[in-house]
Amino acid sequence: MSAVTPPLPRWADVFLLPIINLSIALIICGVIIFAIGENPWTALIVMLKGAFVFPGSLGYTLYYTTNFIFTGLAVAVAFHAMMFNIGGEGQAYVGGLGAGLVAVFLAPSLPLLIALPLAIMMAALFGAFWGLVPGYLQAKRGSHIVITTIMFNFIAASLMVWLLSGPLMAPGQMSSQTVRIAESAEMAKIASLLGYVGFKVASSPLNLSFVLAIIALFVFWVLIWKTKLGYEIRAVGQNPEAAHYAGINVSRIIIITLAISGGIAGLMSVNEILGVQHKVILNFTAGFGFTGIAVSLMGRNHPIGIFLASLLFGALYQGGAELDFEFRTITREVVLLIQGLIILFCGALVHMLNPPMARLLARLIKPKELDHV
Amino acid sequence: MSEFALQLLYTFDGTIRLATPLILCAMAGIFSERSGVIDISLEGKLLTGAFVAAAVAHTTGSPWLGVGGAILASVCMSMIHGFACITHRGNQVVSGLAINILASGLTVTIGIALFRQGGQTPLLAKGERFGPTEWWLVDLFNHVPILGTIYRELISGHNMLVYLALFLVPVSAFILYKTRFGLRLRAVGEVPAAVDSAGVSVIWLRYRALILAGLLCGIAGAYLSTAQGAGFVREMSAGKGYIALAAVIFGKWRPVPALLACLLFGFLESASSRLEGVPLPLIGEVPTQLMLALPYIMTVLLLAGFIGKANPPKAIGEPYIK
Repeated sequence: MSAVTPPLPRWADVFLLPIINLSIALIICGVIIFAIGENPWTALIVMLKGAFVFPGSLGYTLYYTTNFIFTGLAVAVAFHAMMFNIGGEGQAYVGGLGAGLVAVFLAPSLPLLIALPLAIMMAALFGAFWGLVPGYLQAKRGSHIVITTIMFNFIAASLMVWLLSGPLMAPGQMSSQTVRIAESAEMAKIASLLGYVGFKVASSPLNLSFVLAIIALFVFWVLIWKTKLGYEIRAVGQNPEAAHYAGINVSRIIIITLAISGGIAGLMSVNEILGVQHKVILNFTAGFGFTGIAVSLMGRNHPIGIFLASLLFGALYQGGAELDFEFRTITREVVLLIQGLIILFCGALVHMLNPPMARLLARLIKPKELDHV
Repeated sequence: MSEFALQLLYTFDGTIRLATPLILCAMAGIFSERSGVIDISLEGKLLTGAFVAAAVAHTTGSPWLGVGGAILASVCMSMIHGFACITHRGNQVVSGLAINILASGLTVTIGIALFRQGGQTPLLAKGERFGPTEWWLVDLFNHVPILGTIYRELISGHNMLVYLALFLVPVSAFILYKTRFGLRLRAVGEVPAAVDSAGVSVIWLRYRALILAGLLCGIAGAYLSTAQGAGFVREMSAGKGYIALAAVIFGKWRPVPALLACLLFGFLESASSRLEGVPLPLIGEVPTQLMLALPYIMTVLLLAGFIGKANPPKAIGEPYIK
């Protein structure tokens, strides 16, 4: 580490590195598929077709994308304060409880214009609470946020199993889930909305939550880079001591950040519960909360990056499901492999690729600059 | 013996069976975290170990070769963790998470490719797994009231790996507290600069800690699939690595207290399955989910300083830069 490493240009950090990381992950995965005895190229084509080409597939891809935008943003907000919120899974799960309670019990007697916003708000509030508590424990009691949020994931899982197989279980059946939610709390499907205005598209689970996710991306950008709170969040993340001496209440910012983070994660349940399942079911979060970490790392905590990374993972999940139909030996679990490798290379091994890349770029770019002089 | 006492005895018996993988993983966590490396990848190493143990035991017919394979695979996972966080100074939590997700994907993908059973390994035959070991004189003691039953049910009759796990606790404590390596390992988790200035390699020490962690998690994995179970099932670690991590914290990063925490957590799990739907005197029916969530709730309370205080190793989570 003796040589001084020049800083990596911004464009390289945002575009080049993620692409290189993705390529490495895909190549390793391809090698594994090859070792299994299948053709990685054919698998890739099947996944791409499954994600974008088959009728309705794009809708499915964007439906997964919606989940990942929410969970990715949740992780990213906390990352800006240098907090690692690994509890998106639990926060989304508890958010679903909030949405479900409104949608099942209150919504039947309310009009859509009140029921739906209320259900969405409760999803965010419940999720925010599940993020706020670990945030409080980190800020005021010094408990490590990573461990607390891991524990909160498991506590949420136990709580939901108890509720869904006990007090909230729909009567007269065996599966652990609530009754169907009221129609006034449903997020409309985009396919049917397009149908009203004359466009015929294949039906898919894609619903208005996607629009909500896009709004969330924009709000995230405004919050982090255009508001005082966002400035304080970044200041705490960069250097908590300096932030403290600048008069920022660090504890307060940490708690607020974790509440926002949990709230955004909670919104993921709007897509799943109000948009698709139409009842609260067990494990509807299905690991999407953890995928949010990969999305946030790959998207470099920037809304555009997060959108692109979410789209990538949406395509991987939808395309991965297609593998189950086309192959006997490779399944959607291949996607988990890619996800793990991406987290490894984009996150844990970021210092391995960064310096050599930066040196290489500096060497390539410098001569041109000299020409100008 | 009364019915209640017998039920209690069976619950304790179950406690030991359920605590065994936790104990091994907790010792692994202690070695890793005491050296300054956060290890949330216990879960992934456990899962990897479980898969490889079952696959090797099925292919070779020997459960001990299965253990060997599991150790090898689990140490490999540990080395990825080390390569990322020790050599390249990456974020230890991110790396651990990557390993957990990789393990989920790899075990199922390779499992399907090898055995075509949806990610499971074939059911292991009797000789391919660890059976119960009958201790000496069980028949003789059997006639002794109470003590004979306790000897037969609680002490005798477990498989080899249970005894190995219990044996490895004092061994771990010995290594940590009575050897030069242990002293240095503890020091490197507190003040790595001091160890470095004494001319001892921080990096090599941490790598050795991670090798030990991998070794122990491998044995734990083998226990899951070739001793407690009879084959690998997808996601069979089911959060046990995380409970073990909770036990490490609960035991304040020390082997014997961590063992007690593992036994407590094992007892809660064992009791919850026996108490399902059974009303208790005075408190009524306890939701099993509450009992299963207690390890996590107690760990949160402990970390927050509401019940005692848990002070992690000082240099934990920080990559060492010369």
